[in-house]
Parts: sequence; structure tokens; C-alpha cells
Amino acid sequence: MAGNKGRFGEHGGQYIPETLMNAVIELEEAYMRFKDDPEFKAELDTLLKEYAGRPSGLYFAKKMTEDLGGAKIYLKREDLNHTGSHKINNVLGQALLAKKMGKTRLIAETGAGQHGVATATAAALMGMECVVFMGVEDTERQKLNVYRMKLLGSEVIPVKTGTGTLKDAVSEAMREWTRRIDDTHYCLGSVMGPHPFPMIVRDFQAVISREIKEEILKKEGRLPDAVIACVGGGSNAMGSFYDFIGDKTVKLIGCEAAGRGIDGFETAATINTGRMGIFHGMKSYFCQDEFGQIAPVYSISAGLDYPGIGPEHAYLHDIGRAEYVPVTDDEAVNAFEYLSRTEGIIPAIESAHAVAHAMKIAPKMDKDSIIVITVSGRGDKDCAAIARYRGEDLREE
Amino acid sequence: MIKSAFEKGKAFIPFITCGDPDIETTEKIVKEAYLNGADLIELGIPFSDPTAEGPVIQSANTRALKNGITTDGIFDMVERIRGDIKIPLVFMTYANVVYSYGADRFTKRCTETGIDGIILPDIPFEEKGEFSSVCEKNGVDLISLIAPTSEKRISMIAKEAKGFIYVVSSLGVTGERKSIDTDLKPIIDTIRENTDIPCAVGFGISNPEQAAKMASLSDGAIVGSAIIKIMEKYGKDSPSYVGEFVKAMADAVHES
Repeated sequence: MAGNKGRFGEHGGQYIPETLMNAVIELEEAYMRFKDDPEFKAELDTLLKEYAGRPSGLYFAKKMTEDLGGAKIYLKREDLNHTGSHKINNVLGQALLAKKMGKTRLIAETGAGQHGVATATAAALMGMECVVFMGVEDTERQKLNVYRMKLLGSEVIPVKTGTGTLKDAVSEAMREWTRRIDDTHYCLGSVMGPHPFPMIVRDFQAVISREIKEEILKKEGRLPDAVIACVGGGSNAMGSFYDFIGDKTVKLIGCEAAGRGIDGFETAATINTGRMGIFHGMKSYFCQDEFGQIAPVYSISAGLDYPGIGPEHAYLHDIGRAEYVPVTDDEAVNAFEYLSRTEGIIPAIESAHAVAHAMKIAPKMDKDSIIVITVSGRGDKDCAAIARYRGEDLREE
Repeated sequence: MIKSAFEKGKAFIPFITCGDPDIETTEKIVKEAYLNGADLIELGIPFSDPTAEGPVIQSANTRALKNGITTDGIFDMVERIRGDIKIPLVFMTYANVVYSYGADRFTKRCTETGIDGIILPDIPFEEKGEFSSVCEKNGVDLISLIAPTSEKRISMIAKEAKGFIYVVSSLGVTGERKSIDTDLKPIIDTIRENTDIPCAVGFGISNPEQAAKMASLSDGAIVGSAIIKIMEKYGKDSPSYVGEFVKAMADAVHES
């Protein structure tokens, strides 16, 4: 029936124009050749360690644990990575791979700007040209990150089509890739798109769950009861889940952006409100209308404001291995403020969705149970937007 | 049926986004295109996020959707006009539009209303099985695309192609180009070594000279964005202008 490549159950595949087919085939071949190559691995390990600052800490949130009065809460500190989020893990891998493939130019989409900043950073480091596509709405929401990308030597192209958000940035990056394939690698930022991207991005992000496992075994002598992460396309969640998929006692919980609530249209909770479809190179769940038109989704978080979800998440949902819960803007903003006050950690508004869900379930859990929350990024970029949400207008004038 | 479009000589194939600005205008445009020499018409079913399109067709999709066009509305329009249009009609849309409607149900409606083929730019050879099986069952051709980057894939695609082959003239998305620099001859030669079905060139063709040149290299020329621009400019008044343009293009193609 469906093609065989890159399938996670029914999901995944390679739904892209013929023009790009040889490019993804070439990418897959290169990845298979280099992923176990000792030299490539050593180079990437060194970059992750000495440049990105890995391993990232697994921090016991003592005050939060005491305050919520239930499960012990650990925070996986991806916010402490260089560039301020987990995005760097994938980008360093892909940029290095692109370089080995002889590419001289990186293009990327970005929502909140974290993937764009990470790609711009890797491009600067490796002496590559870089162009980042960002929805025009998001360039407004995340001005600081636009400036950071430019500072790093990248060109930022505001995408005005559609809703001017992440999905449109992905569409425009795909269009750009069909225009210029020879020297250009599309550094896709999440576990989505056509095969082999969901596999490659997952593999490069899986370092998160490997480290969580190693650290928690050291600290607690056992596996956690739950791992919680936010999900847009789903790269930090897939990275946080991957090494635990076989450990059936560990609950895997993805937190989707419910925006103003899953009963209305202003939401981006794909698993909770979407249905099967084919878009952006993959078969998966998408928010769409009855005729298959992709929905103009909404979330306060630019990084989760996406109408689809990576195909492996769709599969983990289908088989019941992971659970996907909706978290509203309000709950996320409350969690953003809560973690800042309680632990002195300002999380990205994306990550705050995961924190919010932990705040709901931790009090109901036993004191000897353990929750790990992946703090996928830091929240400096969000301060102005959260201030606006609270009715304060921050300006540096 | 699609074959008939290529039997009199080179074929001119206009592309029209349905529902831009409204479905009544589309109906008139299709008739004008037919009366002015089109040999086959590609009817675009708008999609919210058309990733293979340049800005001109993207905007047409957005306008049409904003004005409330739906897949069912387009099927109804085809049903109304089919008796008067005596050339093949094919749909061009994105996989999700067909998948969401139900591929079987969609292709059945195609047969009922008189649609001869479907072009899905986001369904490459590897993923076509799910769609080609129901297309075959319901008697609709799933049109294959071949690109300048296809290289070793050409023979594989050509061998299984149905209806006609859509040869993408150049890299990138749809839209006018000053010149088309791809060396199409070796691509078309390889196609011809592998299949007898006709092939038409599209992407970037906007004037009679380009159309004639592309048709002389192949079996026909496909023109989209240049027509959509006329529709964008004249809106409800566009049918006669599109007719004029189609005539100039079709004449050039037929003489090539």
C-alpha cells in the first residue's frame, strides 16, 4: 500500500515534489554512511561537549517538589545549552553532515527563532552561508531572535504568506530547497517533514533521553515514572522519550499547545483536535477542515504554533505508548511565572507547557515517584511577550 | 481519453485555479479556454498551503479559499460544464485534499463528473501506490511528474506513467521565468525510450515563443501563472482576456 521508507506505523513517508526526491535520497545515504563513522561521531561529540556545553544538567527542583507536595521533580536543563535550547543538538549534527556532503549553504525554518538561531550559529561556526525563513508574525513576536540571527551573519526572510507563522516558514523553506539543491542543505528543525528528517532529527536529539537515563540512575538508582516535554513538531519530546520507549514503566507525556482551548479554533493541539492527513512531506495528524485545508492554528508560543506533529509521535499515540495532553496559553504563562519565581529558572514559553502539566499531575503522585520535565529552552526571548500578555508594554527606549 | 488531447498535434494545456475569484467565473474561463484552442485543461483545486507553487498561484489559492470554494463546489461546477467541454480535464491539487475527501470517493466523483486525470505534486513515485490503486479502479489517470533532478529515476517513473507525463521545466516552484535553461532534450529522450505516452512541459512558460519552444521539444506546453495573473488583474471580467491569451498561446503551440 503506502511506500515503505521512513514509516512509523501508517505515519511518515516522503510526500514531496519529484524535484526533491534525489536530494532526500542523497541525504539518507550520507546519513547512513556517516552516522556510525568514528571520525564523524568524534567530531560531533567534541562539538556537543566543548561548544554546546553538553551534557546538560539534570537538576532536582527541590522547592518546586516541596511546593507541589507530590512527585520528586527533576528538570532536564536543555535551556543551559549554547544558544539557549535543545535545537543546537540537531543543528550541529546536521550542519556537520551537510559539510561532509559538500554543501556550503544552510536554509532553515524557525518559529520561536530558537532553531533559526541555532542554525545561524552552526553556519557561523562552520563557515557556511545561512538563510532562515520565519513567519512575519513570529518576527514580530520574537524580535530579539531575529536580531541574534542577523548578528550571527544569517539572512532572515520574513514569510508573509498564509498565517505568517511556523507552517508558512516550513513551506517557504521547502520551496527554497526546490529552487536551490546543489549547494544547499535544508536543516529541518523538528522530527517532521519527509524521511529521513524525522529519523535524523530524532537520532541527534536522542542524546537528551540518554543523558536523563544515565543521570537519574546515578541520582535515584531507578528510572523516572514520567518524562514530560512540550510538543510542536516534537523534537525535544522525541529526544526526551526515545531512550525510554522500551522502558514500559516510564510514562511518556507530550504537552501540546492548546492556545485558548481545544474546544475552539484558536488552538494548535494536533493530537487532541486534528486528524490524519498528508502535509509537509509526511503522513501524520494535522489540524484541518473537512476538505483537508490546513487550519490556521494558534498558540502564544511561536515554537508550538504548528498544525502538525512528527510522524513518530503520531505512532506513539496510536499504539498508546505516549500520551499527548493539551495545555492552554493561560496555564503555560502561569507555569512560566511559577518556575521563574520558585526555582529561579525562566523557561521558554514552549517548555512552560510541560511545566504546567507537571504542576497538574505532581501533587497527585506519591512522594517517592519521579517526574522529569525537559526544559527545552530558556525564556529570555519570551519576556516581552509575556509582559504584553499581562498587560505591560516592555520597551527598551 | 487524455491521449485524445495529443492526437491532433502538439497540445496546449492551460491551468486555472478554480474559484478565483468565484466558481461562476471559473466556469466561463474554462469555456473560453476550450473555445480558444486549449487541448486539455488543468483545473486547480485550491489548497491552503501549496508548497510547489510560486507567489502568483499561492495568492490565487488564498483568494479562492477566502471566497468559500470547496472540493464539492468544484465537482458540481465540473458536472455543470462537462457536456460543453469536449476535451480532457484533469485536476491539479495536493495530496491532502484527495486524502481528506477519501481517495476512493474522490476518484469516483472524478469519474462521475468527467475528470480524466489527477496531478498531485506532493506524491512522488515512491508514495503513489495508495492513490494509483484507486485511480486505476475508478478509471482516472494519476499523472506523473519528472523534474530536471530526476536523473536515474526517469525510466522508473516513465515506465509506470499514465495519461501524460508532466515534465517540470526547471528547479523551483511554479511561476514565470525569463528563460528556461534546463537541457530538456536528454530528459525527454529518456522518457521516450521508456514509454509511448505523451509528455508536456510546464513551469515558467509565459509567452507564445516559450510555449512553442517547449512544445517543439515535447508533446505540449502547460501554462499556469501567466493565466492566473490575468485572472488576478481582471477578476470577474477575466474570461475574455484569458480567452485571448489562450488563443495566442494555443496558436503558437499548434504551429510549433
